[in-house]
Amino acid sequence: MVAAPEAPERMVGKALKRREDPRLITGGAQFLDDVKLPGMTHAAFVRSPHAHARIASIDASAASSMPGVLGVFAGDDFMDLNPLPAAWQAGGVTNHPVTPRVLAVGEVHQVGDPVAVVVAEDAYQARDAAQAVIVTWDPLPAVVDAKKATEAGAPQLHEEAPNNIVLEWSCGKEADRVDAALAAADVRISHHLINQRLIPTPMEPRGSIARFDPATGDYTLWATSQAPHVHRLLLAAFVFGIPEQKIRVIAPDMGGGFGAKIFVYYDMAATMALSKKLGGRPVKFWEDRSENYMTTTHGRDHITDLEIGAGKDGSITALKVKTWANLGAYFSTIAAGIPTTLYGRMVAGCYKIPNIRVDVVAAYTNTAMVDAYRGAGRPEAAYVIERVCDLVAQATGVDPAEVRRRNFIQPEDFPYDTGVGMLPYDSGNYELTLDKALEQVGYTGLRQEQKRRRGAGERKLLGIGLSSYVEVCGVAPSKWIGLPGEGWGAGLWESANVKVHLTGKVVVTTGSLPHGQGHETSFAQLVSDRLGIPYDDIEIEHSDTQAAPFGFGSYGSRSLSVGGTAIYKSVDKVVTKAMKLAAHMLEAAEDDITFENGVFSVKGSSESSKTIQEVALAAHVGYDLPEGMEPFLDETTYYDPPNCTFPFGTHVCVVEVDTETGGIDMLRYLAVDDVGNVVNPLIVDGQIHGGIAQGLAQAMFEGAVYDDDGQLLTGTLSDYAIPKASQLPWYELDRTVTPTSVNPMGVKGAGEAGTIASTPAVANAVNDAVGHLISGEIAMPFTPERVWRAINAH
Amino acid sequence: MYPEQFEYQRPSSVSEAIGLLTANPDAKIIAGGHSLLPAMKMRLAAPAALVDIARIPELKGISASGDGATIGAGATYRELMDDAALAAAYPVVAETCDKVGDPAVRSRGTLGGSLAHVDPAADLTAVMLALGASVTATGPNGARTIGIDDLFVGLLTTTLEPDEIITSISLPASSAGTKQAYEKHSHPASGYAVAGVAVALQVDGTTCTSARIGVTGAPEYAMRATAAEDALVGKELTAETIAAAAEKATEGLGELNGDVYASAEYRAHLVKVLTRRALTRAAL
Repeated sequence: MVAAPEAPERMVGKALKRREDPRLITGGAQFLDDVKLPGMTHAAFVRSPHAHARIASIDASAASSMPGVLGVFAGDDFMDLNPLPAAWQAGGVTNHPVTPRVLAVGEVHQVGDPVAVVVAEDAYQARDAAQAVIVTWDPLPAVVDAKKATEAGAPQLHEEAPNNIVLEWSCGKEADRVDAALAAADVRISHHLINQRLIPTPMEPRGSIARFDPATGDYTLWATSQAPHVHRLLLAAFVFGIPEQKIRVIAPDMGGGFGAKIFVYYDMAATMALSKKLGGRPVKFWEDRSENYMTTTHGRDHITDLEIGAGKDGSITALKVKTWANLGAYFSTIAAGIPTTLYGRMVAGCYKIPNIRVDVVAAYTNTAMVDAYRGAGRPEAAYVIERVCDLVAQATGVDPAEVRRRNFIQPEDFPYDTGVGMLPYDSGNYELTLDKALEQVGYTGLRQEQKRRRGAGERKLLGIGLSSYVEVCGVAPSKWIGLPGEGWGAGLWESANVKVHLTGKVVVTTGSLPHGQGHETSFAQLVSDRLGIPYDDIEIEHSDTQAAPFGFGSYGSRSLSVGGTAIYKSVDKVVTKAMKLAAHMLEAAEDDITFENGVFSVKGSSESSKTIQEVALAAHVGYDLPEGMEPFLDETTYYDPPNCTFPFGTHVCVVEVDTETGGIDMLRYLAVDDVGNVVNPLIVDGQIHGGIAQGLAQAMFEGAVYDDDGQLLTGTLSDYAIPKASQLPWYELDRTVTPTSVNPMGVKGAGEAGTIASTPAVANAVNDAVGHLISGEIAMPFTPERVWRAINAH
Repeated sequence: MYPEQFEYQRPSSVSEAIGLLTANPDAKIIAGGHSLLPAMKMRLAAPAALVDIARIPELKGISASGDGATIGAGATYRELMDDAALAAAYPVVAETCDKVGDPAVRSRGTLGGSLAHVDPAADLTAVMLALGASVTATGPNGARTIGIDDLFVGLLTTTLEPDEIITSISLPASSAGTKQAYEKHSHPASGYAVAGVAVALQVDGTTCTSARIGVTGAPEYAMRATAAEDALVGKELTAETIAAAAEKATEGLGELNGDVYASAEYRAHLVKVLTRRALTRAAL
């Protein structure tokens, strides 16, 4: 008798170190800047120093004759290309999209707008020559504030968008009904919030390298891209007007993206067109940090007016939200979806609010374009609703924890429709995360200490901030998010191919791709368990349009729940086929075969078995297959999710505010998250860590500032404060696990949760510490001066 | 980085370096490079040549005791932090270096570079004012000594001649073993001083016999808070006298800096608070 095979170690749930890290941290990775092609040339852009101006003339005569210069081109040289596409226009309303061209023609609308491009043999020559291009400008008045941009008399950016309005959109109940509920409320609060503009700041900036093949007419584009297939599609169909197969897009290793690498940018089309103009010499553009800050997309930038109605018991009875969303100088690729679907439809948060309405006006201003940035709409929504909870607490005297408890959607309510047009929330137990968080942080004791310090008149006051969040990820069912519904101009499914090669080694090709999330590890863990094939025998391929069938890309915390499910289903198909073949090999009926730990066995007979590797060999060589069976274990799935997923949790932040200087010390940061089932806890914790750092930094440090003339005052890393490890608190993490039924793995998504939760947790903590000393709201980031001024204004 | 084209020269002695500077008026000295290189990257500075003095042996070395200290201008912040004798006599130097930038900056940046550049938000400028340092500047006509009070004259401006190099910095015996402290409010992005206050006090019993206070970050360039110093000398060092002196810390500093992060008004407040905290920590 053959001994039963030892059950292999389960990989899912294991805190494996990321298999990609040795490559990434020892210089073995290939980032875009590492791509060197024979004959490669370098592009540098001539940019506008003005936020708004007419281009009177461009004189490139001196630049053209400088050493190494191969050509200088202006906007007129690219008029055969269409403007960049507006891929997500808000659903159900009129949009006025004005997208950038490769180079601005006639007029510029933001500082850094490219008006000419130099191509030279090396990058230094290109930049020297770009500096020598003489542009004559007729400056025009600028506007940088979204609300002011829509007011009478504001400078106008685009004829196609009167009053600079991109779109007006609303969701929720009728205004009359909400007004009536506000009027009837025990407690009425009017409030004003600013969610300031942020600059995504991936460690690696953006760039493109394009090579045109004159023999075939094909283009290859290496780009920092979170969505190579989408870039191929949009560039081919909308910008160049050529078949998709004429473009191959490759995304090399990436040093972060945070959303800013989802979009189609001018330089992608420029390098492609330039390579063709140069007869096929590759053309590279690699932005420096200043260019990244000026011209790559920014995030957030909302101005919001709130009307809140509440019961004396802390119940939120009515909420009216009016938001002005700044979209910047032009319409970026998916800009309209962020302040509408991903913001407005999430403002209800984890609460049952009977009368809720959100109105959004999106506006053009003379600033960098604003589009999805880690969390994309949900951080803005969480900031609103979590501040609302604390404002209600302050106005009613009910404890902030109790306000949340009183309004929570309850476990038995799921699936739950919040009444603002979002898909029904899948599952949750919000109160459990709150209870855990309060217990672990020692909430009662902290409140006592807070009271004691206030009573004793101590200089350092304590603040406790809660944030119970829910977010939407795993985007998204195509028929909901697409043109008939939310306006996204395509589907949002995902694909995966799984091959078990003759040797028993597995190659998974996925449309999802990493820019720091560890896909290669998590996906291999998943496949290893499902196939019973060793983890090390599984390779994950991604990031090349020529390899994967199609992929909509990585954003919206969708890779595991959507891309992973496509893999899961392909593996199922492989197992189904292998089962048939195993039955044939074992001369048994298929119904009598079991599959466990990579071994097909005949029920009741421990001796009759075949490993999946043996079956893969038989499938591949094809010597003896059942009637009608095709050789090879090779299965593809196109998976469209039936719903989104809705991770949630409660974060608590404890701060100490020095009332003398306004300085803030972060004493504790505790997070209880529920992201559904967890494939790799180490990776999930890492995502939560990074997310908290980024969201906390919005509250504490970051903020893009333009002056009234549209000059970016925070244009370098010496001015714009991204968080450093030494400025961050120790994170105390815990989890609850509420699986989702949306996908077979029960996973929800973890990439953005930390960012969404942490900003309001810190905001509530700071306002909680000094709330009794100030009137109104302290604007983020909470610089010491702002806190000091708020305290001393009283 | 894509600076404009420049020549790079690495002399092996101070005299060779001075020769290179004299020969090329558009040349700039580079030591740690942490101020100059960022400006060159952004093409805000475009020197024709860089004269790299970072590896000149004469500019290295620290010798310190209770009778004073002599520090090579090329000593890095890291080297200043690691010198035990310096730390014993002038602890505020190591304390301050620990608050400069990040490990990379501390390993590259030099004391001579900081004093010659006079960034308005540098840290060691204030400390050298408090300790009453003097610098030795060497040029084509030889060496001369400049007292720290006569070195800084404006934003990024010193009394050094274009072809003079700071070769060493001396700290006097009178400030060795004094009661010292440096309080700083760091910019969250750059790490530079939004306001920084260095104090060095001599006491007899509990009476202050001498006080030097250097302020950086807030004023146009590092300056002494002489009104606050005067308010301390001859007084008992109590919480009350310190608080009263600190209230005078902005007198004579001129118009203060203000930017997106911190206004002049807030910096003035910070200077007073930091002065009080530095004095309190040093003296009480």
